Amino acid sequence: MQTVEAQGLRFRRKDLLGLADLSRAEIQAILNTAVSFQEIATRSIKKVPTLRGKTVITLFYEPSTRTRTSFEIAAKRLSADTVNLTVAASSAVKGETLIDTAKNLEAMAPDIIIIRHACSGAPHLLASRLHSSVVNAGDGLHEHPTQGLLDLLTVWEAKGRLDGLKIAIIGDIAHSRVARSNIHGFRTMGSRVVVAGPQTMLPPYLAELGMEVTYSLAEAVADADVIMMLRLQLERQGQMFFSTLREYSRFFGLNTEHLKLAKPDALVMHPGPLNRGVEIAPEVADGLQSAILRQVTNGVAVRMAVLYLLSGGEASGTAA
Amino acid sequence: MGLLLKDGLVVDPAQDLEAVCDLLIAGGRISRLAPAGTIPAEGHQVQDCRGLVICPGFIDMHVHLREPGQEYKETIATGGRAAAAGGFTAVACMPNTQPVNDTAAVTRFILEQADRAKQVRVYPVAAVSQGSQGKILAEYGELKAAGAVALSDDGRPVANAQLMRRALEYAHTFGLLVISHAEDLDLAGNGVMHEGLVSVQMGLRGIPAAAETVAVFRDCELARLTGARLHIAHVSTAGAVEVIRWAKVRGAPVTAETAPHYFSLTDEAVRGFNTNAKMNPPLRPAADVAAIKQGLGDGTLDCIATDHAPHSVLEKEVEFDQAANGIIGLETAVGLSLKLVQEGVLTLRQMVASLSTHPARILGVGGGTLQEGQPADITVLDPNRPWTVDVEQFQSKSRNSPFHGWQLPGRAVMTLVAGEIRYRHNT
Ligand SMILES: [Zn+2]
Repeated sequence: MQTVEAQGLRFRRKDLLGLADLSRAEIQAILNTAVSFQEIATRSIKKVPTLRGKTVITLFYEPSTRTRTSFEIAAKRLSADTVNLTVAASSAVKGETLIDTAKNLEAMAPDIIIIRHACSGAPHLLASRLHSSVVNAGDGLHEHPTQGLLDLLTVWEAKGRLDGLKIAIIGDIAHSRVARSNIHGFRTMGSRVVVAGPQTMLPPYLAELGMEVTYSLAEAVADADVIMMLRLQLERQGQMFFSTLREYSRFFGLNTEHLKLAKPDALVMHPGPLNRGVEIAPEVADGLQSAILRQVTNGVAVRMAVLYLLSGGEASGTAA
Repeated sequence: MGLLLKDGLVVDPAQDLEAVCDLLIAGGRISRLAPAGTIPAEGHQVQDCRGLVICPGFIDMHVHLREPGQEYKETIATGGRAAAAGGFTAVACMPNTQPVNDTAAVTRFILEQADRAKQVRVYPVAAVSQGSQGKILAEYGELKAAGAVALSDDGRPVANAQLMRRALEYAHTFGLLVISHAEDLDLAGNGVMHEGLVSVQMGLRGIPAAAETVAVFRDCELARLTGARLHIAHVSTAGAVEVIRWAKVRGAPVTAETAPHYFSLTDEAVRGFNTNAKMNPPLRPAADVAAIKQGLGDGTLDCIATDHAPHSVLEKEVEFDQAANGIIGLETAVGLSLKLVQEGVLTLRQMVASLSTHPARILGVGGGTLQEGQPADITVLDPNRPWTVDVEQFQSKSRNSPFHGWQLPGRAVMTLVAGEIRYRHNT
């Protein structure tokens, strides 16, 4: 893995709202710090006292066991106190406003609030009103920055670089906050991003944003270093975005034949949860090139790094 | 004793007049309009208007006054004060109140409240369909008799083309104008801003320009089919301007308006999830803004109307997806229009035509000219009095304006309705 100069790697922000806002140096600072936290997961006692006395609240307006659990484990490994709040969407509609909820929480003096919300921009609304740090754990169709960071870490760890890699992102780009964060993250780090899917799922203006766009999975995957499959939200079928699951999986699902078109050491990734047999064939998901479980492991390290840096911690200067 | 407005530049497109004149108001009417220095001042109260522009009263043909039903956002009285302060002597109010203005009783209530408020003239626009549900026509004859000046299902566009055809024909029967909020609801989907580069970056669901353009085309063709008068509200896309131009060339009885925000802001204003940049139709990119300006300049777009849409913080200080559409506009429209004049997009005379002559003619409500004998509805402008927009100074009950902090080149300094001074700007 490449060495990175300690100089200039600073992360001095109150909030982490999206990867679109971050510079290359800031992303590198988070990745370096995450690498230094990876080792903790291998210890028998997986805990450091770094954030002792800090309070971290997870505020989830959408159910998501995996992301919430990953944040919670990250906070606990840093010895922070954690409180988890899940607000059912139905009660939020009738109940208090997002700002009121946040102000009530802030009155209890938390240090970091981690929010997931179905509306794009909800974390920004919170961040503009609160003194606490706000971490975006996924907002609407907008961004999911810690997912983007863990994907960057996973690729960096496997390839030793991000610059110049061909990253193929396949599926429902239009409705994917994971895709948006990854697009910003990989482009900022110098990778080449190619997106593919049916036109119904590719928003306009991707080319203007620096993406290569194709409707052909084979074309996107050809010579790719990384293939990132997006989860197909099955309810899209009823919303006129595609015809049948059978056809979708035939043209836009990744199988072993497609995989042969990519570089021999290409990495297969998926943010989960998987629709096995739809966007990804089971033998690919479980194959040697799959990094899917490594993504989950790295999620904890990246989230530890984010919580640590937002709490004023110094970024690690070098990577292993 | 009358009120003599002395030495002002009178701009009255209806009389093809643009000259420094004296104007005498007596008995609520314009009693004399003559070259400067020719009306004796004796016995009259004199108002020195040197450097000011005297215009026929501005008419905002598209406002939401929220009464009855949502008085916490605006009332006919507060909306009327905002109108007067913004230089408007009359407003046409849309029927999407609670209850919807689809009956003579609601129309009469609005007119009574306007009488009580004694601010500006209020012209009720009634609903096209009962409850604006898009199913059954409202009672146009009764509504007209009660005082409605036009029909619109603004905010809940008529989705059914057959109903729109019948509405145009039935309205034509009673000599009423139909105002179309032209939007294809299926194409608009659950979009919350313009579908473009900014929406893609922000992860906000987009409303394509085509959602407006195809609906404008449908309604223009129905106006051609039926011969009934149609007015397209709040035009925001280059495509719609093009379609209206095309329809007018072919003799369709179609007129159109745009709002100041569509020539002053682009969809970039949404960045940062600014809910005061959320409206329907949404703010569009620069190419559309340029087409709107061109459409105003070449007369394809006849009017400037505000779509004044007051909302409280309850509707605006929330997640962008959940925020209400619309902004207030009565107190910034004249300043933003003067900016167009300053930029050379419109002449002063074109601006007055867009804000007074044309809306008066389209609504058929009188006013819109300073001819002797007409009611003295007058807007006096100072085109060279720069000011900074401060929403805290607004007369409107609501504060939802994206123009807070903007520097504007000039403003209305006096508003007279039937000879009564309803607003005077004190420096
Ligand atoms: Zn409307």
